[in-house]
Amino acid sequence: MAKPRAESPAGLPADEASLVAALRRRDERAFLALVTRYNPALLRLAQVYCGSRAVAEEVVQETWLGVLQGIDRFEQRSSFRTWLYRILVNRAKTHGVREGRQVPFSAPEGDAAERAVPAERFRPATDPVAPGHWAVPPRAWGGSPAGQLETKETLAVIMKAIAALPPGQRDVITLRDVEGLSGAEVCNILGLSDTNQRVLLHRARSRVRAALEHYLEPE
Amino acid sequence: MPDTVGLSCQELVELVTEYLEGTLSAGERARFDAHLATCPHCSIYLEQMRRTIAALGHLPAAAVPPAALEALQEHFRRWKEAE
Repeated sequence: MAKPRAESPAGLPADEASLVAALRRRDERAFLALVTRYNPALLRLAQVYCGSRAVAEEVVQETWLGVLQGIDRFEQRSSFRTWLYRILVNRAKTHGVREGRQVPFSAPEGDAAERAVPAERFRPATDPVAPGHWAVPPRAWGGSPAGQLETKETLAVIMKAIAALPPGQRDVITLRDVEGLSGAEVCNILGLSDTNQRVLLHRARSRVRAALEHYLEPE
Repeated sequence: MPDTVGLSCQELVELVTEYLEGTLSAGERARFDAHLATCPHCSIYLEQMRRTIAALGHLPAAAVPPAALEALQEHFRRWKEAE
């Protein structure tokens, strides 16, 4: 795993820093505040790795124990959140190994030529008029830009699409787009280069978009 | 009006993430923008990617199960006493 990269202290929310300081003073309320804030995200991420809800819950519990064991040595060279996710990822890996499951963390995988959109949807390179231009273009989804996609049904389609992604893509899109971490944080947590992180994110987003398109305009 | 500044639609869709991440070179970015200005299909595609990303940020997260919270409180107290 790569060394934690230095991050600007300004990137640390003030109250998070004070929660961490309070936790070091053995303040239980600070611990519970951190648990309340991060547990849902940890659980969601753990489920991505572990499959089963039961194992995911166990991994999350172990992660918090790791926090207690390590908090005095946590140097705040990375944000608390980055540090926390790294503990989770390490625990999840350990579990995967123990259970004999492959947890392939993240090199770009699969077909090097994986396309965002199938080639059949474009005119061929030999097309005399418009090579590489849309043959079957996307159609506007309608609705307001913000709303509409956030219905229960649509979110279920998205969750299913994420579950079907190759593991590396799933890791990255979960941390980036679902949890809202920065690219730098994700590289740090997963030990990825910027370029690999972007490739995985691109493929993952493209696949989720395709799943939504399929759902919203079936044919 | 095909051929939009030497960037085909098929090439553009592969650059969307870099475009949104701000990692395209100035030249590539200009070609991307110029293509969008004349290609309604790619504008729709980009909009779909943006809405996909926005929706990903709205997945529900479960609250902490009470039993898990109690177990963690117990761990905390043992950790504190073990000093």
